[in-house]
Amino acid sequence: MTSVDTERSITVTVNGVPRKATLPVRRLLSDALRHDLGLTGTHVGCEHGVCGACTVLVDGTPVRSCLVFAVQVDGASVTTVEGLARDDHQGGQVLHPVQEAFRECHALQCGFCTPGFLVTIAAGLEARDRSAEITEEEVDEIVGGNLCRCTGYANIKKAVRHAAAAMRPAEADHTGHFGGGDGAW
Amino acid sequence: MKPAPFRYADPGSLDEALDVLAAEGDGAKVLAGGQSLIPLLSMRLAAPATLVDINRVPGLDGVEATGDGVRVGALVRHAALLHDDAAARVQPLLARATANVAHPAIRNRGTTVGSIAHADPSGEMTSVLALTDGSVTVATPAGRSTVGWRDLFVGPLETSVHGPAVVVDAFFPALAPRSGTAFAEVARRKGDYAVCGAGVVVTLDADRRVEAVRASYISVGLVPEVVDLTEAVHGRPVDAADWAAAGELARTLVDPDGDLHASADYRRLLVGVLTERTLGTAAAEALERTAA
Repeated sequence: MTSVDTERSITVTVNGVPRKATLPVRRLLSDALRHDLGLTGTHVGCEHGVCGACTVLVDGTPVRSCLVFAVQVDGASVTTVEGLARDDHQGGQVLHPVQEAFRECHALQCGFCTPGFLVTIAAGLEARDRSAEITEEEVDEIVGGNLCRCTGYANIKKAVRHAAAAMRPAEADHTGHFGGGDGAW
Repeated sequence: MKPAPFRYADPGSLDEALDVLAAEGDGAKVLAGGQSLIPLLSMRLAAPATLVDINRVPGLDGVEATGDGVRVGALVRHAALLHDDAAARVQPLLARATANVAHPAIRNRGTTVGSIAHADPSGEMTSVLALTDGSVTVATPAGRSTVGWRDLFVGPLETSVHGPAVVVDAFFPALAPRSGTAFAEVARRKGDYAVCGAGVVVTLDADRRVEAVRASYISVGLVPEVVDLTEAVHGRPVDAADWAAAGELARTLVDPDGDLHASADYRRLLVGVLTERTLGTAAAEALERTAA
């Protein structure tokens, strides 16, 4: 018989680390990440799916974490903005090319919407054919579901183009930005 | 805000899901993609006592495209339908309309059948179900039944599906020969709720004259409807058809409401503009499919 619960214990792999939590079934994934797991990089804006600030990857796919219950990702793998940078194997971290591009292009001002943009753009750029030059239509489609209220979109879109160039495989890279991408991301 | 407390079950089979729905009674609600339901819960516009999450039910995530049409399972995400080439060949409206459903991150989670069961008059797929003369399969403890779109949509956010029941699939009949389709909408931001949207089907006869023109609109009216625009252009050679006249006719056949986002007059204007625009595109496709 199916159990009907008000509380559940779940195990979720967050940024590569298995995490356990016992929480009310009504807990949104966004709140579980922030309050139960202490990962406050994921921001909560509108809480009804419009702004995109809370976007995370569930099994590699971008979703609004405010539109998923934490119990629904039991057993799944979640990547938040904290999981974008990589270990440099020298005790530090290497920013994701999208994070580098945001810094380079001044694509953030107050930073509230930034985690959602970073996660969405990283997934969008990783899913596309990286050897092809990115089109304006692709850029618009990637960032079109996220709201920014202060930076403006011009520099965010510029950062998408920069990151796409940095992520091109070395043989296809003609820009030299970021020392040339090795396609490893 | 946060959803009010509820009880949660995630059954591993359809029978178990129906059992839980029956046991929990009227306060139980099916949760699929949740991209419409969860905002309603967070805004406290709905507070079901129990959510029965069907995401673990096997066998509901298939898209089956045959010569008759496309059957879409209850757990097929909009993104999967958007990228299903076989489905697009049988019924091109599916990919055209799902491309307009919300934003990619929401399409990754939201289900096409769930949006139909949600019956929002601003939903693209409710209108596509109507325009293609489609139906849904409803599973209850007593068995399965097919419900045509006219009998399904009762009012805004209301369908004829009640009690312990799960809408397990939707069926969209194939596009008829010598026909073309188009879908377009106007929104403040692409992917947001449309101020107005239009889906159209144009069918030509063997002599490339206009035989039939049908349209369905979103964010216009309380339930999806299909309007017949044939009389404005019937019998005209496809390259000489006056699509603006069809747009004019459409404006007289709809009765949109005004709200915060747009006045009724503006919506009626958009019905005319979108009708004219989409009919031109659909006619070109119909001509291509007639020549081929």
